[in-house]
Amino acid sequence: MNAHTQTFLPGHARVDHLAIAELVTRGSRVLDVGSGDGQLLKLLEETRRVDGRGIEISQKGVNECVARGLSVVQGDADTDLVDYPDDAFDYVILSQTLQATHRPRLVVEQMLRIGRKAIVSVPNFGHWRIRLYMLFRGRMPVTRSLPESWYETPNIHFCTIRDFVELCKEVDARIEKATALRADGTRLHFNAPWWLWNLFGQQAVFLLSR
Amino acid sequence: MAVTEQQAPAATAGMSSRDQADQPASLVVRFGPDQPLVLDSGGRIDHLQIGYQTYGTLDGNRANAILVCHALTGDQHAANRNPVTGKPGWWDMMIGPGKPIDTDRYFVICANVVGSCMGTTGPASTNPATGRPYGLDLPVITVRDMVRAQAMLLDHLGIESLFSVAGGSLGGMQVLQWAASYPERVFSALPLAAGARHSSQNIAFHEVGRQAIMADPEWRNGRYLEAGTSPRKGLAVARMAAHITYLSDEALHRKFGRNLQDRDKPTFGFDADFQVESYLRHQGSSFVDRFDANSYLYVTRAMDYFDLAAEHGGRLANAFKGSRTRFCVASFTSDWLFPTSESKTVVRALNAAGASVSFVEIESDRGHDAFLLDEPELFSTVRGFLSSAAEARGIR
Repeated sequence: MNAHTQTFLPGHARVDHLAIAELVTRGSRVLDVGSGDGQLLKLLEETRRVDGRGIEISQKGVNECVARGLSVVQGDADTDLVDYPDDAFDYVILSQTLQATHRPRLVVEQMLRIGRKAIVSVPNFGHWRIRLYMLFRGRMPVTRSLPESWYETPNIHFCTIRDFVELCKEVDARIEKATALRADGTRLHFNAPWWLWNLFGQQAVFLLSR
Repeated sequence: MAVTEQQAPAATAGMSSRDQADQPASLVVRFGPDQPLVLDSGGRIDHLQIGYQTYGTLDGNRANAILVCHALTGDQHAANRNPVTGKPGWWDMMIGPGKPIDTDRYFVICANVVGSCMGTTGPASTNPATGRPYGLDLPVITVRDMVRAQAMLLDHLGIESLFSVAGGSLGGMQVLQWAASYPERVFSALPLAAGARHSSQNIAFHEVGRQAIMADPEWRNGRYLEAGTSPRKGLAVARMAAHITYLSDEALHRKFGRNLQDRDKPTFGFDADFQVESYLRHQGSSFVDRFDANSYLYVTRAMDYFDLAAEHGGRLANAFKGSRTRFCVASFTSDWLFPTSESKTVVRALNAAGASVSFVEIESDRGHDAFLLDEPELFSTVRGFLSSAAEARGIR
């Protein structure tokens, strides 16, 4: 999905990708939902030796993945996850894509059915800059990491870190680990309270289990 | 001698299709009765002949062979001038030096399928037991039989394992059958514009074609060759009906619209007033010069019987259980003969079996035939998939 809100470290892997890779056990079976051009899957294959698969909605993205030797099928997270059998993967990953799905709750539920664990990274709409933007301008924020106007963005289901934590409760998902990343890619202190993450995390990465 | 091998006579355009059945302008191998082809129907072919072509060079490890499987009315002449029509091979754009199926890197084999008429045993071949063409004495053939025969050819060529099997339509069915029947012999597989079964609608279209052939009095219960004739009208109608299913509404409209053929106004008669009619008539009449009517019955029947799930207890995923083959499945948006949903069924089964699979739906308005045409997205998919698979197999 072309819904990424990304922080690139020049010449290196994306910080959220590195944070995800840390959560993945070596040699595990992984499904990357919304694999884009295959950056994350490639990183996982190279650094974690995973047996990786992907779903990607755009033909261009799929072709790029196939050319990189990745096993990626063209499909839609909203409709195609139901086709996968239970427990098919050790991890199902959704990187910066949840906000672009039509039914985020269903997607998270499906992820936890297909995989023993799910890893979800979400942009945080509760970040202080966004709050200030709305407070002072009274308009939907257009920032460097969220560059599209409200009428053009594929991101139709924004949430804050606390909203996502609530969703996890709703679907009975256990949060095993979570990491919040600042805009510059640095991490917030592990023991910081949710409200602090919600204010200062530009994005968060969650490791979920049933 | 059990097996005889024959070098290809020089292929010159304009050779008669009738000669090709027994003496093809290609490589040919003949198996003796000690190596019969045992068929799904319970029958057998004691004197199997296979006409085939190769391109490129087999490497020292015999690891770089790609089997290309042709569609319903295709043949072994995938990447050389066709000896009957004089036209370039049917996959000339795909196979060759520097092309997606790169003959500088890979050794490509393409064999005429059993039941066809271009040099592999089919109804037009001479039955050694009678000295006459087999006609309908040939047992009914299945896709699995075609693949068994190809496996015999590979054994003959000393190729234990294929780097890849690729093909579209009936060719894609053969690819899936290969992956299911001989998983250990298939490193990678490219089923294009295909499905794991022939749908009811597709069987229906084939039945129209077969009935058109058999309704032609010149068909003579399948014994027309001895009478020196052929059911040309019936076969032409069969081809016309089938040809529509290979295109799309959009493609036909773009090409012909409602344009009239060499006239300014309709004739209020039943001539080919419209360009599309004239085009179809041409497709029909040129087809009968290159294809045997009985072969059309046999090969369409083989497609109709194809149902890979039924072969595996009704569950398609079982066909691919434990498969180590890398799959790349592709469909075309405007293909209504093998729509994307059929490819997705295959992809779902492969996923359920835990197989390695890529899938791409290619945007094209050219219908089912798109896999034979200049489709850059298809070429880049095939090229990328094969290159990365070659790397994994250590092919330079």
